[in-house]
Amino acid sequence: MNQAAPAPRENQGDPVVRIDARLKVTGQASYPADIATANVAYGALATSSIARGRVSALHLQDARAVPGVLDIVTYGDMDKTDTPKFGNTGASSIGPLHDKTIFHDGQIIALVVAETFEAAEEAAMLIRADYDDEQPSASFDSKGTSTEAAAGKNPMLKEDAKAGDFDAAWAAAAVKVDERYSTPTQHHNPIELFSTTAMWQGDQLTIHEPSQNVTGWKMELARQLKLDPANVRIISPYIGGAFGSKGPMTARTAIVAVAARRIGRPVRCVVSRMQAFGAQTYRAETRHRIRIGAGKDGRITAFGHEGWEVTSRPDPYVVGGTSATARMYNYGSVLTHVALVHADRNTPGYMRSPPETPYVYALENAMDEMAVALGMDPVEFRRVNEPVKEPIGGRPFSSRSLIKCYDQASEAFGWSKRDPEAGSMRDGDWLVGMGCATAIYPTAAAPCAARVRLTADGEVRVQCGSHEIGTGVRTVAGQMAAERLGVGMEKVSVEMGDSALPPAPVSGGSISTASVCSAVMMACDAVRAKLFAAAAGKDGPLAGSGNAKLDMADGKIVTETGKSAKLADVFKAMQVGAIEEYAEFAPKGSSPEALNKLYAGQPEFHGGESDKDSVKYAFGAEFVEVRINSRTREIRVPRIVGAFAAGRIMNTRTARSQLMGGMIWGIGQALHEATEIDRRAARYVNRDLQDYLVPVNADIKAVDVILVPEVDHEVNPAGVKGLGELGNVGTAAAVASAVYHATGKRIRDLPIRIEHLIV
Amino acid sequence: MRPFVYERPTSVSAAVAMASHAGAGHVPPTAADTQFIAGGTNLADYMKLGVGRPDRLLDLNTLAEPALRKIRTSDDAIRFGALVRMGEAADNDDVRRRCPLLADSLKLAASGQLRNMATLGGNVLQRTRCEYFRETSWPCNKREPGSGCAAMEGVNRQHAVLGTSDSCIATYHGDFAQALIALDATVDIEGRRGKRTLAFAKLHRLPGETPNIETDLAADEIITAIEVPLRPWSGRSRYLKIRDRESYAFALASAAVALDMEGQTVRSVRIGLGGVATVPWRAVAAEDALQGKVLDEAAAQKAADAAFADARPREHNAFKIPLGKRTLVRALLETRDMKV
Repeated sequence: MNQAAPAPRENQGDPVVRIDARLKVTGQASYPADIATANVAYGALATSSIARGRVSALHLQDARAVPGVLDIVTYGDMDKTDTPKFGNTGASSIGPLHDKTIFHDGQIIALVVAETFEAAEEAAMLIRADYDDEQPSASFDSKGTSTEAAAGKNPMLKEDAKAGDFDAAWAAAAVKVDERYSTPTQHHNPIELFSTTAMWQGDQLTIHEPSQNVTGWKMELARQLKLDPANVRIISPYIGGAFGSKGPMTARTAIVAVAARRIGRPVRCVVSRMQAFGAQTYRAETRHRIRIGAGKDGRITAFGHEGWEVTSRPDPYVVGGTSATARMYNYGSVLTHVALVHADRNTPGYMRSPPETPYVYALENAMDEMAVALGMDPVEFRRVNEPVKEPIGGRPFSSRSLIKCYDQASEAFGWSKRDPEAGSMRDGDWLVGMGCATAIYPTAAAPCAARVRLTADGEVRVQCGSHEIGTGVRTVAGQMAAERLGVGMEKVSVEMGDSALPPAPVSGGSISTASVCSAVMMACDAVRAKLFAAAAGKDGPLAGSGNAKLDMADGKIVTETGKSAKLADVFKAMQVGAIEEYAEFAPKGSSPEALNKLYAGQPEFHGGESDKDSVKYAFGAEFVEVRINSRTREIRVPRIVGAFAAGRIMNTRTARSQLMGGMIWGIGQALHEATEIDRRAARYVNRDLQDYLVPVNADIKAVDVILVPEVDHEVNPAGVKGLGELGNVGTAAAVASAVYHATGKRIRDLPIRIEHLIV
Repeated sequence: MRPFVYERPTSVSAAVAMASHAGAGHVPPTAADTQFIAGGTNLADYMKLGVGRPDRLLDLNTLAEPALRKIRTSDDAIRFGALVRMGEAADNDDVRRRCPLLADSLKLAASGQLRNMATLGGNVLQRTRCEYFRETSWPCNKREPGSGCAAMEGVNRQHAVLGTSDSCIATYHGDFAQALIALDATVDIEGRRGKRTLAFAKLHRLPGETPNIETDLAADEIITAIEVPLRPWSGRSRYLKIRDRESYAFALASAAVALDMEGQTVRSVRIGLGGVATVPWRAVAAEDALQGKVLDEAAAQKAADAAFADARPREHNAFKIPLGKRTLVRALLETRDMKV
């Protein structure tokens, strides 16, 4: 065991090394744009330089004159296809080449296809557009935006959560905090660029593209291109970072497919880093007003959370994180409201912990303000407001280990050494600050199918159309099979990332480990049942074992009494070479159509706030130390400790890695990340990784992850709570609290930068 | 990227001859048909963006003259060949020991990968990263003279407060240049008109009404060497760089300081300021304010006030004035306290 491979505690699996670790670190993993493709032509996008208006003329002659240019797909060329749809599988309803209307900066106006990447790029830069441009509305406070209530506009937020009489409780509260917070625009910027490679064989279309949702994309692309879904295949075996950006399919996929059909050759289009800021989804900026009223004893009597989110003109994209913040603590009364502000921007999309990251940031920053107002220790303040039941529907939590997380993290961090007075701690020229915050993420699962094959020599093949986006899901699916079938990991292979495999839900909402492992477990159990029946049958090697309980271990079938039979002997008795089982998992509460919807690429999510019997969440507590130079005010984070409880931990190595990555991202969200918008033109200006800052290695010092044991049989058969999106919730608030503690200055708008502290 | 001709001259004189033609003296090097490339970390980037638009590139990496790749230290100067890589100069023991400011300014620049590619001659000529300069669809007086300046009323957090004009507020982002201007460096230049030596302080031009003309160089001139005199202040010298993250970020404010002290009194001081000006910036007024004074907090503050007396803030970069002052105060006091 080492730091990267924590020793498993109760209900935690071994830190098995990732199945694809060696492939990835040696460069042998082939990402979708790496797939060797014969006779491929290269595509390059041309995009709009205005955010609102119409294309009045497009000048293509210079581009067509570039040697090697084969084709230019533009207005009119997509007319025989259907426009994209906004939803879980489609990023936006904007069909950029269906309509000359410009809805946002960087909208696709043409795709150039050429013999070489260089020729395609050169030609794309030579395309000139004339626009009838109009004054765009960039964001909050811009003239010309339209605001509407979000609830009911999108399944993400059916209604605004409320409980009790907020107005009365607020009026009567002895201590009040009423503050406004904001989070900036952010772009995912996965290191693997976005790409599409399309190839046709007759009517059969194959797409190589990094995707978090191969089944959903197959259905959506077939709809747009009016193809039989059986003729569409999406392949995405490895993904070099996704974070939600590769969840919904964008308009580009169909455009590249049409280009490939027109020229009768495969076409590969890799989107440049700069163009991705306009061609892909992003996390839109949010604003919040938080009101917390409490008694002098620290008990919260009133909680109000109003949120404002930016979206595109046509689409009601909502994150609506009030669902989680309204259930976080034992509030006496709750009032929430979420509003959408439509501006001349691309439709936003899922970005790691879409609702919780911005909304919990606001809540937890306000919680720290209230603790200060009450003169109470911030950890104690949360302890005092720990609920037995969630305040909105009065349902119990399936499990909730938040206080355990606070206890274990605060001890590891040394919270007791903190002098509560702001500005009181110092190390030479550096101001020292310490802060903490809660992390929460809903635990959900969705229907999922898997196929498992076991051969007589003990080789196991697991097939599931889920996606390895770096989380380690291939590894934990393999671990589940190895454990159930009693073989070593070296005997297990796992195939994922292909719409020809048994369908899995979108890899989003931290549902993959729970959904995939539950389906794999079911398939393995069916294999076991067949083997056990044969082994204990009258001609089987364990005949006469009666009703003894059987298990599988070390490549054998074993009885409680210590008898065993080799797999090969059981297969021999069965007169088969392999057993293959196909399983379909549907979580508790699934509708009768749940499995049909899975195959249709529209899986139902269950869990979180949506179940009748209980609400289901994973929790964590994060503690951060900051150091701020007393003169020049640069902010550094020497250490961060997070403790998290998420039911059964399949693999302590991959779990730690997920949580650590989330916490590091959280530091970036607190101090670095922001897409800058030119408000006059509604255009992004810092479209590269030099100017869009994320932490570099030098910014990240000690990161300590504690996996708190927790058992929860209620969440799903695997007992797993997803944790992929838990780690970066709350981090930014913990940093903001630490900055306050160091300086006495409360910064409510992210990212926190030198200019906030210098004046 | 636009197609271009790529050639590899094998001597400085050959390179100059290949770049020379009747018009070469009349356009800025950045607008010339034929341009030189060395490390390529800046020019290749701008060519991909369509900002750099040469038809022909002359690669200086094949120049044969050994002096171009050497660092020579004598009793009274350090001489850098123009093709010495930033990383090599930063790691050079003599440089670090004799003049820590030079080594620090290089070490804190860019990333390890970039420092291994970028040459010193190219580094001092790196162009601004103004977001509006980098994207060709915006108006920019530096890129398209007379088209206007989108940064003036736009996103200008990283822009300059010193040396600006009504035409341009783009920051000169380099670090090494701040050390060179503070230390009275000179550059050796070779061109069609022959060889010349120029004070580093005269290499860059204030934007004024012609921000497209960035340097004193003609299109057929090559920097062959940079020389830094070693003086009593060289050993007590330091580069302080304040930025949003710990590494791989441009300065929001930086200070290059070299001090010659007599006890607590300043015998002589040299100050360069980075991240805040349109060109490498020598803070002469701050130096004058410290000359012959006891260097304490109050004196440092007075010098910092003098350094930024003429600063002109825009909407998002006003913080650079207090930050720049604090950076200079901190750098002065830390340099004073160096154990030399």
